[in-house]
Amino acid sequence: MSHGDNLKTIQLTKDLTIPKLFLQSAKKFWDKKVAMREKEYGIWIPITWKQYYENVKKIALGMVSLGLERGDKVAMIGDNRPEALWAEMAAMCVGAIGVWLFQDSLIDEVQYIINHSDAKMMVGEGQEEVDKYLVIKDKCPKLVKMIWDDEKGMRNYNDPSLISLKELMKIGESLDQKEPKLFEEMVMKGKADDVCLLFYTSGTTSLPKGALLTHYNMLSMGRNLMRVDQYYETDDFVSYLPFAWIGEQMMSISCGIQAGFTLNFPEEPETAQENIREIGPHMMFAPPRIYEQMVRNIQVKYLDSTWLKRKAYEFAMKIGYNIADLKFAKKHIPWYLNILKYIAYLCVHKKLKDHLGLSRIRYTYTGGAAMGPDHFRFFHAIGVNLKQIYGQTEIAGISVLHRDGDIKFDTVGKPIPETEIRITSDGEIISKSPSVFVGYYKMPDETAKALRDGWLYSGDTGFIDADGHLVVFDRTKDVMELSDGTKFAPQYLETRLKFSPFIKDVWAIGDRRPYVTCVICIDYNVVGKWADDRNITYSSYQELSQKPEVYELVKKEIMKVNKDLPQVARIRRFINLYKEFDPDDDELTRTRKLRRAFVEDRYKDIVKGLYCQEDHVHMDTTITYEDGRIAKIKTDLRIMDVPN
Amino acid sequence: MTIKDEVLLKVDDIYMAFGGVQALMGVSFEVKKGEIFSIIGPNGAGKTVLLNCINGIYYPQRGHIYFDGKEITKLKPYQRAKLGISRTFQKIELFKGATVLDNIRLGRHIHLKTGLLSGSIYLGKTAKEEIVNRDFIEREIIDLLEIAHIRDKVVGMLPYGLQKRVELARALALNPKIILLDEPLAGLNLEEVEDMARFILDINEEKRWQTTCILVEHDMGVVMDISHRVLALNFGEKIAEGTPDEIQNNPRVIKAYLGEAEDLYVTRR
Repeated sequence: MSHGDNLKTIQLTKDLTIPKLFLQSAKKFWDKKVAMREKEYGIWIPITWKQYYENVKKIALGMVSLGLERGDKVAMIGDNRPEALWAEMAAMCVGAIGVWLFQDSLIDEVQYIINHSDAKMMVGEGQEEVDKYLVIKDKCPKLVKMIWDDEKGMRNYNDPSLISLKELMKIGESLDQKEPKLFEEMVMKGKADDVCLLFYTSGTTSLPKGALLTHYNMLSMGRNLMRVDQYYETDDFVSYLPFAWIGEQMMSISCGIQAGFTLNFPEEPETAQENIREIGPHMMFAPPRIYEQMVRNIQVKYLDSTWLKRKAYEFAMKIGYNIADLKFAKKHIPWYLNILKYIAYLCVHKKLKDHLGLSRIRYTYTGGAAMGPDHFRFFHAIGVNLKQIYGQTEIAGISVLHRDGDIKFDTVGKPIPETEIRITSDGEIISKSPSVFVGYYKMPDETAKALRDGWLYSGDTGFIDADGHLVVFDRTKDVMELSDGTKFAPQYLETRLKFSPFIKDVWAIGDRRPYVTCVICIDYNVVGKWADDRNITYSSYQELSQKPEVYELVKKEIMKVNKDLPQVARIRRFINLYKEFDPDDDELTRTRKLRRAFVEDRYKDIVKGLYCQEDHVHMDTTITYEDGRIAKIKTDLRIMDVPN
Repeated sequence: MTIKDEVLLKVDDIYMAFGGVQALMGVSFEVKKGEIFSIIGPNGAGKTVLLNCINGIYYPQRGHIYFDGKEITKLKPYQRAKLGISRTFQKIELFKGATVLDNIRLGRHIHLKTGLLSGSIYLGKTAKEEIVNRDFIEREIIDLLEIAHIRDKVVGMLPYGLQKRVELARALALNPKIILLDEPLAGLNLEEVEDMARFILDINEEKRWQTTCILVEHDMGVVMDISHRVLALNFGEKIAEGTPDEIQNNPRVIKAYLGEAEDLYVTRR
């Protein structure tokens, strides 16, 4: 198959929409090429473009039969699976607007977004989503139908507003027989400037805002990204991160439909890591936590393995780090290092990459939150081309990215083509490109704030360095000052600490306070294993986190990080939290960013304790389960000093 | 599922003694097709002995057991398995060194028709049969019980809750008419209990399975929620039989069982 052919033949005009492109690709590849694969019942089941086309057609016409019209909103919720993408594409073909919800959203969030977006239909996976729908349907007057596709557990549901995807497709099929031209006519009505997605952003501070994105926004974003990094029709991509995250839309829709690569859907969310290994994707885009988890897995296995293996790993990593550092510095790599690199690759790196599912990888991207330099170096050391990207929902994905061979881990790289980045006099990053969104849905004030003279105001601060790379500071509100005026970046400390396999989440505190402290969430699996090996007994996260041995362990990890920090920025005291931070408790956004203002308020007792002489804090809080149940927790937490 | 009037299992006045200990004293009951029939009772009431008699591990000293209209009192366990009686154990009885998939496939073994010779060559019929059975296991069992992510894991390495699920999977692989569940919820945490209760309901109600279940269980909340009828045993004697409501209000049951042991069962709820 000729590489990149598909890309060259596509012209982005004011007439081109995602569905039109979908039609083109489907007819071109038809049954000759696999559009997507899903692992089901232990087997990868291919779906050709022909099947993709026919399914979308049936669903679209089914939706029309149920009363969906141009400009209506269709909300979608559920794990990544082909049906979800078909439904989204079908809604777009009708001219409707897709709204994505995070699969694990609580009922209140679902209700808020459904009502705010005026969604008319909801597409969900199975029983769990249907249950959520049944709870909210009376409070959402505009919502008329719920479509589900997984039969499991659905035998006793007879609500007339529920319909299975199968049934919907049957209705669509009969409409197609009556009016065979209808589907393509609907698609042809679309224009590039029509809105196709209403995307709710996960605000770290306020209620979610709905960004309106047009076909042109999405397609131009994908096009410009692919001008930097080429994707080919023969490539494989694994779709396993929430569709409600713009990064996944960018790969599966914006790039996928233009490059024509194959999308692969894991069997279950739990099997994603294994399935990635089976597929060996060519590119990958994930938030830092996924990469952090990979590093943690390797570190844990390293601690667990035999002497010889540990030595081989240490040797290979040393070579890897040397080469990575030379590359970062754009220095020449001497011949003997190249030989050693090959040996390291054969003995260790090849295997590591294989286990992580990265053996065929060409591009890996990380974005959405800050990633520590340690993690970054790690991936380059094992020979994975990890690049930082910067972007936001409001620009349909990404706008800035590292170029191959020009990687600096404290920057996010250079703007993609057709994108202009400037820094205002206040240091705010503003950008202009064809992908900048239309505005927030039903929020004119917010829109006016974010969009001024065609420039998108990001709310992030940063600067452009001598090489033309953009450097993003933490979100404006997250750059902090100690009470003596010294500046420090809490996210930097946090990402450094997270390189320790024992630490899952960190919250660094110190704004307008005399010194820096932090709240640690230990990694239950890793620390649990560590405790098991030392015969330390525990029965819960809460108990384990408060063990004196665990405190000592965390203290050592903090001291390691402290060593490389200037005296003022060192962490003086810490506390082990009795639970992990959780989006269900609003402590993290759904994309797992820490909501500082919220945790500051929620754990004000802890913060108080960290800045007084006491060595204990009494906690009395509630936690919320996903089904809405609430549990109370009362506990005493220990505070520990870190010697400097 | 709709319960038919047809009796699937009939236990008629069985006695079982171990030396001087009378474990079962004239217990009789009938289980109808499509029911979830629970057996409750304090520790040592004879619940597991009763299951062992139905399953063929013990032969009752007096009395008869009928399954699907046929007397099975003297049949060996494997013969009963062939008729469609399957079970799980209170203490997990899996092959710890084998993978989840292999354990489940063992439960399917009874349905394999090809012989040793063709099995060792693995050609033609055998290969086809293997594919059909593998398809059944993957589609019907692994997907139903949500264990896809562990199908290639060695059983001994899995947490207890998942092992319980694998045991249920193996019992289902037999494609049984009746399934005997011996304390399937013991030792599980709240979330696992909820999952397991849902699986039992799925097996009982889902059109594909519609399997009759006999459930021995201490978790009164679940028993009363999901059973159609309940039998209460005390010291080898049947003290009551009826719907969950009737049992909950039966003074003999309260006295023998719920009353004195209340604390024990309240803890989990």
